[in-house]
Amino acid sequence: MGQATRNSFGDAVAKLGEEFKEIIVLDADLSKSTKSESFSKKFPERFFQMGIQEANMIGVAAGLAFAGKIPFLCSFGAFLTGRFDTIRVTVGYADANVRLVGTHSGIGIGEDGYSQMALEDLACMRTLPNMAVLQPADDIEAKAMMRYLIDHKGPAYIRLTRQNVIDVHKSDYKFQFGKGDEILAGTDAVVFATGGLTGNTFEAIQKLKSEGLSIGLVNFHSIKPLDKECIVKWSQKVKHIITAEDHNILGGLGGAVAEVLAEQGAGAKLYRIGVRDTYGESGTPEALYEKHGLDVTGIARTLKSVVKN
Amino acid sequence: MNKPSINELKQQANESRKLILKMLYEAGNGHPGGSLSAIDIITALFFHEMNVDPKNPLKEGRDRFVLSKGHGVPALYATLAHRGYFKPEETLTLRKLGSVFQGHPDRVRLPIVEASTGSLGQGISVAQGLAMAGRINNDNSRVYCLMGDGETQEGQVWECLMSAGNYKLSNLCVFLDSNKYQIDGKVSEVMDLEPLVQKIESFKWNVIHIDGHKMDQIIAALDKARNVTDKPTMIVADTIKGKGVSFMESVNKWHGVSPTKEELDKALQELDQNQSNQAVN
Repeated sequence: MGQATRNSFGDAVAKLGEEFKEIIVLDADLSKSTKSESFSKKFPERFFQMGIQEANMIGVAAGLAFAGKIPFLCSFGAFLTGRFDTIRVTVGYADANVRLVGTHSGIGIGEDGYSQMALEDLACMRTLPNMAVLQPADDIEAKAMMRYLIDHKGPAYIRLTRQNVIDVHKSDYKFQFGKGDEILAGTDAVVFATGGLTGNTFEAIQKLKSEGLSIGLVNFHSIKPLDKECIVKWSQKVKHIITAEDHNILGGLGGAVAEVLAEQGAGAKLYRIGVRDTYGESGTPEALYEKHGLDVTGIARTLKSVVKN
Repeated sequence: MNKPSINELKQQANESRKLILKMLYEAGNGHPGGSLSAIDIITALFFHEMNVDPKNPLKEGRDRFVLSKGHGVPALYATLAHRGYFKPEETLTLRKLGSVFQGHPDRVRLPIVEASTGSLGQGISVAQGLAMAGRINNDNSRVYCLMGDGETQEGQVWECLMSAGNYKLSNLCVFLDSNKYQIDGKVSEVMDLEPLVQKIESFKWNVIHIDGHKMDQIIAALDKARNVTDKPTMIVADTIKGKGVSFMESVNKWHGVSPTKEELDKALQELDQNQSNQAVN
């Protein structure tokens, strides 16, 4: 098991701060949870504690960006999405070079329950025309993505996990913005996974190999821009496409892939693994993943039933 | 640019009043009332106060102005045009398809407006961010912002007042264009803000209360704001919605309706008359 991607963000931003003096980090009283704390200790003059004021924090970050800074603002993804109008006008429409760092994504956060779980963030953010919407699968990818975001122009949302995730990348991994990251080849079906579910899906596919199933795996770290060519290519190769995400199946990666497949008139049939249009609740992360079929066993069960039908 | 006299500033504001009304007439819709209440303040900022250069509009270290009450943007376009950022007649494309003069400020199409606003309560936060960047850069630049009194009902405004006060952003100066009306009626009846000055002072701001149509008072307040070193300044400016056109003054139907040709002509005639009276004084 690798570390949570929020920790990767914390490590990466504190390191990048040494080289890139324009980086500013803002947090709304969650620096211990979002892991912006290490940056705040290392560069107190470039860290702003904004109090429990997400909307003002978003506007302030836009002002800093307009003056040439590279602001990373941090909160739980749920609380950032909750200030969507400030994001759409002050950041999106104004093309502010702001990096919105949303941690505590999905039901994987566990016991705190629904109000703290970002389950609609991908759906909301990807409706903004210029918003890059990114979600790393593991530690190595999260750090590569952070380096990429220093040079990226325009607003970006990066979605991170509270819980540890399975590592799927090696140290020589090259992050390519907007491109599907093909991890496993397969002939019976392919899974398009994003975030921490990429590792769970990887293990599920390995399990099914012994049962004679050949399933491919593509990691969609970029929900926007979406690698449409990759989706179309796979739709011509396999009969079944499955998406996997810790997000509502409406509007996130599953929704985005459905749009591409429908417009292409592609023959492959889609099944969406995720939170099936219901609110989250309290429970251990393990119990919640088991209930929603997002753990390795649950994903393997779904893949088997989809491919065999 | 030599600093204009008080009388020249008044004349300039009147000239902009005429352009505002022409723009709104051409557009066929838009917001005259709140543009006319704000124009004296915006004129004083761009013609007297701010370190800006129309020949190099985005120069480093410039003073910046954020119009948080985005619907008052005809006042900003008229001021920028007369200050030399673009030709006055260009602004007559206001609200037309393809125009950079959008119905509310759009910094992508027209970067000199500094922020995209129109969803109320958001621009003041951008102004705070710009002021914080100026602090980091230690470049002596100042940030100005203008918001509406109705806008002050938005929660984000109070987040920003709390934050900028605690950060002691003395390089931030916000005008509150207190024209006493919002779409649904009188501010005091829709959602009363009083006691406004005391509220803002209690958020650790330096508050100055003026008549927002008296040029000498606007300039004196700006001088005072520049000399405060440990607090941001809020200039609460009592204004009249529709100021300068007698049939529009404090008549709230003029919040968001443009004049007909006859109304435009009548208004222009009155403004011309005001201007020649001022010139005599």
